[in-house]
Parts: sequence; C-alpha cells; structure tokens
Amino acid sequence: MSAALDIRSLSVRYGRTDVVRDVSIRVARGESYALVGESGSGKSTILRAVVGMVPDWRGEIEVDGAPRSALGQGAFAQHCQMVFQDPYASLHPRRTVDATLSEPLRIHGIGNRDAQVIEMMRSVGLDPRYRFRFPHQLSGGQRQRVAIARALMLDPKLLLLDEPTSALDVSVQAEILNLLVRLRAERGLTYVLVTHALPVVSFLCDRLGVLHKGQLVEETGVAALHDGAFRAPYARELYQASLGAGDRVRDAG
Amino acid sequence: MTALLELDNLRVSFPGPRGRVEVVRGVSFTLGRERLGIVGESGSGKSLTGRSILRLLRPPARVEVDALRFDGQDLMALSDRQMRRVRGARISMVMQDPRYSLNPVITVGDQIAEALRVHERIPRRAVQARVREMLEKVRIHDPERVMRLYPHEVSGGMGQRVMIAMMLIPQPDILIADEPTSALDVSVQAQVLDLIEEMIAENGMGLILISHDLDLVARYCDRVLVMNQGEVVEELQAGALHAARHPYTRALLDSVPRMDETREVLPVMDRSAGAGT
Repeated sequence: MSAALDIRSLSVRYGRTDVVRDVSIRVARGESYALVGESGSGKSTILRAVVGMVPDWRGEIEVDGAPRSALGQGAFAQHCQMVFQDPYASLHPRRTVDATLSEPLRIHGIGNRDAQVIEMMRSVGLDPRYRFRFPHQLSGGQRQRVAIARALMLDPKLLLLDEPTSALDVSVQAEILNLLVRLRAERGLTYVLVTHALPVVSFLCDRLGVLHKGQLVEETGVAALHDGAFRAPYARELYQASLGAGDRVRDAG
Repeated sequence: MTALLELDNLRVSFPGPRGRVEVVRGVSFTLGRERLGIVGESGSGKSLTGRSILRLLRPPARVEVDALRFDGQDLMALSDRQMRRVRGARISMVMQDPRYSLNPVITVGDQIAEALRVHERIPRRAVQARVREMLEKVRIHDPERVMRLYPHEVSGGMGQRVMIAMMLIPQPDILIADEPTSALDVSVQAQVLDLIEEMIAENGMGLILISHDLDLVARYCDRVLVMNQGEVVEELQAGALHAARHPYTRALLDSVPRMDETREVLPVMDRSAGAGT
C-alpha cells in the first residue's frame, strides 16, 4: 500500500544554507507522525516544502502514491491541508468565519455551502452562532478551531499541523488536542505534526522523527517518550531538556 | 524575613462598553529576598500585576492599591522622576521576547552600558569593563564580539541573556521576569532560567517569575501564587504543587499532556460560566 506521505532524500537550501539535508520520511495512511526539533532544525521547512511554500527543493515527495509535482494545485488541496501555529496570524482579519470556511468550497466549485459550513463548525466544536463573527471577536482557541475547520472543508486525508497549540493557553491546548484526536478517529485522517513540545507528541502521535540541523537523527515510536530510550545523543539531550519539573515533581511525589 | 515589597489589594481596571472592567481584583502579597512565582492563563491579570508594581501602566488603565511599599517607601506617592530612579536600578523587569524589547538600532554593548550609565556616574572605561564582565556572567563567551552586535544578529537565547545582563547590571533588589522564556526553545529555556536562578542567589535578590507554566514556576520558585480572572485563587509552596486543592489549580495541572501520556482524552475546564473558547 502506498504511504500517505513519502518523502525521499529531501534537501532544501535557503541561499547558501542547507536547511534540510537528505531527509526521508514515510508516513502510513491513518498514522500520526511528529517531527520534533528546536527552532532552525528544519522541521517547519519540511512541511512547507510539502505544501509548496518552498519553491526550491530537491528530492522526491509523494502524496498518496502520486508525485507532488504531478498533482495540480486543486487536486493537492483536496488531499492535503495545513494548520498553522498562530491563529492570530493565519486567519484573514477582515473575513468572517463564514467567508473563511466557504472560500475553499467556492474555489473548488462545491455547492450546498451553507449546510457544509454549519456542519463543519459543529464538527470542530464551534457554535454556529459564531458564523458571522470576525477573527478579532473570537478567542485564541476558537480561532484555532476555525483554522482547523478551514483545513478540513475539502475533506482532505492528510493534515499537516505546524505547532497547532503552542500559541494557546494550556487549558485551551487540551481542548484543541482532544479535538484533533477525535477528528482523526472520525475522519480517518493522517497527521504530520511539527512541534518542539514532546508531551504533545506523546498524547497525539504514534511515531516521531527527531531533526537536528536539518538532518533526521532518529526515528522511533512514541514509547521512547515513556522510557527515554533514544539512541541518538541529540535526541536524548532534547528529551532530557524537555523533561520538565512537572515530571520530576511527580516522580518525587 | 523583612518584606522588601508589600502589595495590598491591587485593583486594575480598563474602560469597557458597559463601564469599567476590573481585570485585577484585589491581589495582595509580600515579597522578601525570595523567589515568588505568579501563574495563570492569558487574561488572568498576572502580567498587569507585574507591571503595576513598576507603575508601567498608563491610562486608560486605572491602578488602585491600598499599599504598594518597596523598601520602606510608598511607590504610589513617588513622582515620575523619583519612580524612574527605582525602575531599573532597584526593581527591574525582563520581558518575554528579546526581539521586541531590545532596541533594534543600538548595539548590545551600548544598550547594556546605557542601563548602567542612567543609574550610576562612572567613567567610560569602567563602564566598558562592567559590561564585559556582566556579559561573561550571563555566560556569553566572547563578550567583545557580542557587544558590537545588533539585536537582530543574536539568537533568541542570547538575546534573552543580553536582556538579563542589562536588567542586572544596575544591581537591583528585585527582578520581575514576565514569561522570560516562552519565546525560546526548550533546550535554551532551562539555561536561561538556571542563569536567572544563579544570579538571584548570588546577589541575594527577590524574584517575581510570571508564567503560564505551573511546572516551570514550581521548579524555580519557593512560593507560587495561582491567578485566575484577576484573583489569587491559591498560594502554594513550590514543593507542594501536587497537594494543590483549588479546582482551578487542579484543572490547570491535569490539562497538561505528560511525557508518558496514556490518557485518551485530556480533562478540560468547565467554561460554562464564561464565554467559552
């Protein structure tokens, strides 16, 4: 069976700097995969290369068995969507929730838009009374729900999540993470999550790849987060740094 | 322990469409030469509390307080001019993001030197030496080079170290750190906080660490105040975090995913009382 996302020997350069160096990742259908690393490790750049926001890359990217380049924009959009980090920046400030959610449908010539917008709002846990609100009239959590709803409007199979909760408060983060878990189960989605927060990976993902300076240094199951069984020295370092006081306090108590 | 800072019944309000809205509602605490953490989510009033102490809030914000006493003097009674002598020199503040809080068109060295010169009259050569020494203290290994750099040429972690150097060079008695590491990578966060901890211990200062991250605050402070909707809902000894009683604190602790997560669903707060998210 072809993978939901198959990246082979991907390299990206910005000017003279190699940001991503020879990275290969294979994400199976229905899987939830995390790319972790610190800023500048190239994790976001990989997602950007997949969606076509980085024009200059080498290697091969296949989505659901078809080469990225063979898919037109429309076909790709129906298959793969991205959710960005900051819901304060990723929504158009002068478009209502309704306009934001119905735009993808209009572009793709899909009818019955009213009903679909309302249904999607319910599905992501937004009361339909917010339909004609502007982003500034919504809270951070509500905005991220709108961003997720927008990504799901075309019923894609692959969702790329770039730090979807790091701009949110912890209690709101919990709500959005629960939502992502539920949506994945309901819709059979495949996730590729980019984050620096390992506990989020532990909750949301099956497998993770650790990036360091543009290279994939380790790939392992999330079980490694339970016992810290990482092989690569850098992965161990990242794990140790992420072991917050919380876990230590809990261990002690 | 003698109280260095005493805050009694702080209230901060902003004008709203239906009259003034109180966003800090009666916060009181005393601070000695110790480390106090203030935790809460966005909108809990934790940052406003920090800013009120330095009298940094401007109209339309209205700050009312029964007592705000620092080292025996009433801060509310000081003129702006007198207040400027307290700010920086005696109580200083590290802000969240070094990219926004450093002046982009002045070199790192000059900014730190300015912080020193404003508060002390010392010869220029001595200033340079002090700046170099301070940068070394915050573990910048090649201070000569870094002093000549502009803020955009340094990384986030280094920028925050520069901020800390700038805030500590006048040797204040209290450092207020408002989310000092939330703009930084996990691997750098610990370094910056360890540095703050060390500097505080070395100079015998008081620290107010403001953050949304309960675990982090518990790790670096002696005492933690948990704020929700403008009020302190619970005060805890940092080591006794797991003994938190208040439902809000419990909910805050439980809603964080853990490294060895096995829960299918994270508990979320009941927001039926508020507007919901």
